[in-house]
Amino acid sequence: MITVLFFGKLVEIAGVKTEMPLVSSTDELLDQLRLQFPALAAEKYIVAVDKKTITANTSLTDNCTVALLPPFSGG
Amino acid sequence: MYGGIIASILRRINMNNDRLYERYQRQLILKGFGAEAQQKLLSASVLVIGAGGLGCPVLQYLTAAGVGSIGIVDDDVVSLSNLHRQLLYNVQMIGRPKVECAVEVLQQLNPQVKFTVYNERLTNKNAAGILSAFDVIVDGSDNFATRYLVNDACVLLNKPLVYGAISQYEGQVAVFNIEQSVNYRDLFPHPPKEGEVLNCAEAGVLGVLPGIIGSMMANETIKLITRTGVLLSNKLFTYNTLNNQTYELELSKRAETSSLIPESLQALEETDYEWLCSTATVVNEIDTATFNTMIAEGKAAIVDVREKDEQPVVAESHADFVKPIAATYVLVNRRYDYCILFVR
Repeated sequence: MITVLFFGKLVEIAGVKTEMPLVSSTDELLDQLRLQFPALAAEKYIVAVDKKTITANTSLTDNCTVALLPPFSGG
Repeated sequence: MYGGIIASILRRINMNNDRLYERYQRQLILKGFGAEAQQKLLSASVLVIGAGGLGCPVLQYLTAAGVGSIGIVDDDVVSLSNLHRQLLYNVQMIGRPKVECAVEVLQQLNPQVKFTVYNERLTNKNAAGILSAFDVIVDGSDNFATRYLVNDACVLLNKPLVYGAISQYEGQVAVFNIEQSVNYRDLFPHPPKEGEVLNCAEAGVLGVLPGIIGSMMANETIKLITRTGVLLSNKLFTYNTLNNQTYELELSKRAETSSLIPESLQALEETDYEWLCSTATVVNEIDTATFNTMIAEGKAAIVDVREKDEQPVVAESHADFVKPIAATYVLVNRRYDYCILFVR
């Protein structure tokens, strides 16, 4: 299983947290998430795997945690 | 028993005047802080961008802590809807410039601090001039155009940037651009377009949140100046006020970051951040001759946002210049000077 955490506005779309079946990479996971939560497709966010931000497709392991964080501008 | 220590501190930082020892006594006696840290604060200069929800607590704590010189940039006036979270202001101040009101209050809190106010919006034209006069930059602005401008200017001027941002019940804090650390563009490379991300006015915010996040920004600033503790550099700290969850991420550099930042201060001055964030609309209709010249010089990208059957059709000879709407980033990379938009 993969635990996915959502932040900011994404919480309104997908809740604070969801569990997803294990897939091999972040790209695959994001495809699955967009199928489950179509509104995610229009959102801007960065992806972190086990508390490290990623800059390219990254392989996933069982029980890892993926976080999706949108930018905030408020001050 | 503290007599000897106090005498030594007074000698070292020449605090005999103005009851400085008494003012800073509680932090001077702090283990791991002391006279040397206080001296660093007294000699430091910090620019606070935005005197709003985040700026207020940052300014209050930095002034109280004894930062020697503080600059404040804000072009806004105090309004009633500010008062639930911007605790420097009161109802008597409504309609008056924030920078003016802030300094009135802060100067009474600590008369020894030297304040410089900029009652103007930070822009690509004035950013380098204003930022270069300060050691540390604190970004408490409320829009992406300013945030990207401040980040890029800090990278070009090699200034540390203390970042904080809030939305609804969540806040983010980080320290960018120190000793080869990541900067804001490593986190979020491209600014979102207007409407993609809501601001406080649209999304709402509970007053305590900027108080917490702004206080954390002040804390990082004090640690940065005094070289105490561990900074949130190469990290992003997030806090959720609803469930008290914190989350700390490790940030990595992105290969593309340096190509997204203007190459020089002059290029920064020529970069339209409002445009990049779609917060400004500059529309200039051009005639055929100008169009042909721009294309001939290879300086323009054509973005056709019309339906497929709309007229006139862009000539085949110009097809190479036609970019999909998603590729307007080419302008960010400055490969083109102009964007010619075909609209209905």
